Amino acid sequence: MTPLTTLTSRTITLPEPNIDTDQIMPARFLTMTTRDGLGKHAFHDWRYDADGQETDHFLNSDEAKSRSVIVGGHNFGCGSSREHAPWGLADYGIRVVISSEIADIFRTNALKNGVLPIVIDPRAHQWLLDHPGEEVTVDLESRELRIGGNGGTWAFDVDDFSRHCLMQGVDEMGYLASNAEAIAKFEARRGRP
Amino acid sequence: MTPSPAAQSLFDKVWASHVVTPESASNPAVLYIDLHLIHEVTSPQAFTELEQRGLPVRRPDRTLATIDHSTPTLINADGTRPFVTAQAERQVEQLIANATTHDIPLHGWDSPSRGIVHVMGPELGAVQPGMTIVCGDSHTATHGAFGCLAFGIGTTQVGHVLATQCLLMRKPKSMAIHVNGDLGTGVTPKDVILHIIAQIGVGGGTGHTIEYRGNVFEEMSMEGRMTVCNMSIEAGARAGMIAPDQTTFDWLRDRPMLPDTDYDQLCETWRNLRSDPNCTYDREVIIDAADIRPMLTYGTHPGHGVAIDALIPAPKDASDQKSLDYMQVQAGASMQGLHVDRVFIGSCTNSRIEDMREAARILSQGRVPDTVTAIVVPGSEAVKLQAEAEGLHDLITASGAEWREPGCSMCIAMNGDLAAPGELVVSTSNRNFAGRQGPGARTVLASPAMAAAAAISGKIVDVRNFA
Repeated sequence: MTPLTTLTSRTITLPEPNIDTDQIMPARFLTMTTRDGLGKHAFHDWRYDADGQETDHFLNSDEAKSRSVIVGGHNFGCGSSREHAPWGLADYGIRVVISSEIADIFRTNALKNGVLPIVIDPRAHQWLLDHPGEEVTVDLESRELRIGGNGGTWAFDVDDFSRHCLMQGVDEMGYLASNAEAIAKFEARRGRP
Repeated sequence: MTPSPAAQSLFDKVWASHVVTPESASNPAVLYIDLHLIHEVTSPQAFTELEQRGLPVRRPDRTLATIDHSTPTLINADGTRPFVTAQAERQVEQLIANATTHDIPLHGWDSPSRGIVHVMGPELGAVQPGMTIVCGDSHTATHGAFGCLAFGIGTTQVGHVLATQCLLMRKPKSMAIHVNGDLGTGVTPKDVILHIIAQIGVGGGTGHTIEYRGNVFEEMSMEGRMTVCNMSIEAGARAGMIAPDQTTFDWLRDRPMLPDTDYDQLCETWRNLRSDPNCTYDREVIIDAADIRPMLTYGTHPGHGVAIDALIPAPKDASDQKSLDYMQVQAGASMQGLHVDRVFIGSCTNSRIEDMREAARILSQGRVPDTVTAIVVPGSEAVKLQAEAEGLHDLITASGAEWREPGCSMCIAMNGDLAAPGELVVSTSNRNFAGRQGPGARTVLASPAMAAAAAISGKIVDVRNFA
């Protein structure tokens, strides 16, 4: 994973609430057995019509493809546990998703793939929705979101462990594996199986 | 963190008994997983990851595999299966190969137990009270019906559990939903959970584990409890739980994967899996059972629920209006009378034997008109066999509905069972998101009885008009 420390980008604004993972990655793209190349299917049914032709959705523009921050409506990422959703976003070029609420499983999956989910104060969220495309700087070191155009500076929460993994570009398997002795003891205490 | 109070909830108890390493300010807890269910869609990349790292599967005996999502629900005349794409077939073959390589018990094509992962697990008795259970599938919450802490995970976490039998996790908050009183005529467990989601909203349970409490759940069958817990995620809660009781113990008795110990003694230990009196929750919701009526959805998320005899509510914002426009319905109108193109009875929410009985009971009162395609998809080979032993399939096919092979089918619509753009589907599944059952398809969620009533009426009707 590519480390994430600070990042400055204009935003892609998707203001609708409850954007579910079926919108982010429709189920018919889930039959693949690798995780590569899903970016072209991200938000597929918004970006392509029934004949497979590109729509005029902003996500199809070169401008959007140069941006790495999505501001989504409330309860972003609800629904299915498919990790194909953050795989698709990451492959499209997204590193940060900002909303006033982000669904639990999507949030967990995003963090595993170098995508930072930021749940921000509702006032900052509304400001971002009202100012689509504003430039923002995400500073993971100081846990701050700095919004251009006088949108202000806002603190966000990210737990120490996830922050460490994102900033170092490391995954969690190493830490889990380092618990091997504790896991073995736990199993022995409970008795197998 | 505040010190844990003496009185513990069911969730507190199951969580505490599975902590390998407690959480701290800097690190999440290491949580032990008793049972890991896997299927073809969310596991292949996890196996690849393990192989790249040279890691074995730590506890194949605590892992259980089946094929359900990409599997066809029809069989060709020559016995082959009509996969929607070659890639779907490869995905199923990959799961079979991975299970074989890693000695993971698999219920594949030749197993009389194969089924939707959340139908099969309980039927085998692999699911037992007090367990922690995960699966790369958000409807894993189903198993909370047995007093388990069960939740969906992503593929990276599937890899973590395969390699270490553990997950890194911070303890979610707790929520109790109390439903007391008498349920009215025609009100099923599906209506109870659709009512709850309409009340608390699609994000109402985010960050929480729900415990369902009250006489309504105590009096509910295991099938009903599974339907309720299954849809916890549709309110944003990863897990939903119901305390195990005699109903649970009677249902599980003699299941093949139970431990080889005295069953009654086992039940005695399971009886401790209840919330202590005076335990506290981060949030409590109280619902009067008498307020619940047969429900269906009118919009594009499961929180868009309305009683069959109520009118579609006014949109709260532009997004709600967009949902109404997508569904081609109007605020202030009734859902009754809407023309129906397809009916789907199945999914991990509603494909168990009780659901099949309900469907057959209503379908046998009429005939599916030519304008409607209705399919009934049992949740497992065991459900199929039982339904056929009871003659339900004859009632179902005599009505003009199709009787299919077990699988997820039109719930996720990735096996080729799907609706055409614009078609209206009354579905017993769990999600009515735009395009969920095919691009442009319009989904109305309802109970098996309501769906069957719609099938023979060719339109949405009040199930209470049937015997």
